[in-house]
Amino acid sequence: MFEDEKIPVEEIDRKILVTSVDWIYNWGRQYSMWPVMFGLACCAFEMIGASTARYDIARFGMEFYRPSPRHADLMILAGTITHKMAPQVKRIWEQMPEPKYCLAMGSCAISGGIFKSYAVLQGADEILPVDVYVPGCPPRPEALFDGILKIHRMVRAQSVKGVSWYGKEGSSSRRGASRDE
Amino acid sequence: MTNDEILSKLQEAFPQVEFQVQTEETKNFTVIVPAERLVDVATYLRDHLKFDYLSNLASVDYPERFEVVYHLYSMKRGGGVLVLKVLLPDREKPEVDSVTPIWPGANYQEREVYDLMGISFNGHPDLRRIMLWDGFPGHPLRKDFENRTYTFKELEPTRPKPPDW
Repeated sequence: MFEDEKIPVEEIDRKILVTSVDWIYNWGRQYSMWPVMFGLACCAFEMIGASTARYDIARFGMEFYRPSPRHADLMILAGTITHKMAPQVKRIWEQMPEPKYCLAMGSCAISGGIFKSYAVLQGADEILPVDVYVPGCPPRPEALFDGILKIHRMVRAQSVKGVSWYGKEGSSSRRGASRDE
Repeated sequence: MTNDEILSKLQEAFPQVEFQVQTEETKNFTVIVPAERLVDVATYLRDHLKFDYLSNLASVDYPERFEVVYHLYSMKRGGGVLVLKVLLPDREKPEVDSVTPIWPGANYQEREVYDLMGISFNGHPDLRRIMLWDGFPGHPLRKDFENRTYTFKELEPTRPKPPDW
């Protein structure tokens, strides 16, 4: 900017935005939250349906389901978690970088659902720190969006000063690999 | 080839074996084969009576015995279903000869029966659990299996260790 250049006051009003770091940072994170491409059972079809033109998950900045957990911020547990699948689920979660969020979609992921049996894990919160539970069997895409908006609200409420994954100390956090560790 | 012809041919080939026939209680023509002659009978059925297709292999848990059920068809001459049954009265250690060398399609089905009902097949090329992992406590489709839920931690010691990267 040159010294002799005068900026009119109305230009300053148009071009300068004063905000906090938290607000702009969370605003950016919230609208580009990419879920990992990961379906476990029939709830996955509602999750796929949510990304089609009719429901259009891209309105919330989530048009990409990432095939690699290393690109993803959100894990949607869509379906029954069997005991054979549970270690792999945990492992994919551990491969995701912070910040990461977990949404349990449908009765099975919440509590095992109708499957009170030897083969099914009775709720995802046994192995993962679940942030939002979306009930239903399966939940409609609108219900999934409601859960996603709740995660957005959670993101907005976070501050870079308070979260454990930001800063030099690294992420020795409460959001570890497992709730009971 | 009618059912009676099949039975008479079987009886002709194995004169010392007593074949029982179930027709009343089951819709399909069912022959009960002694467990120790199963492989011979199955080989004869495949080679001479052209039952070349094993469509199904399953097991049943009755209070006093286990049963292994084989459903055979013939692709060559269009023979309908012939049901073989093997009764295994030893509930402690049920075992029967494998038919995988005769019909290779029996491989996975025998592994499934072994996994979920604990019947071991002698002569099977690769008898491992197919659905559950090695070390899982018990055989879940048995009637005396206590069907309850497990926590993740409870099953953790039985799980195979992940490979090191």
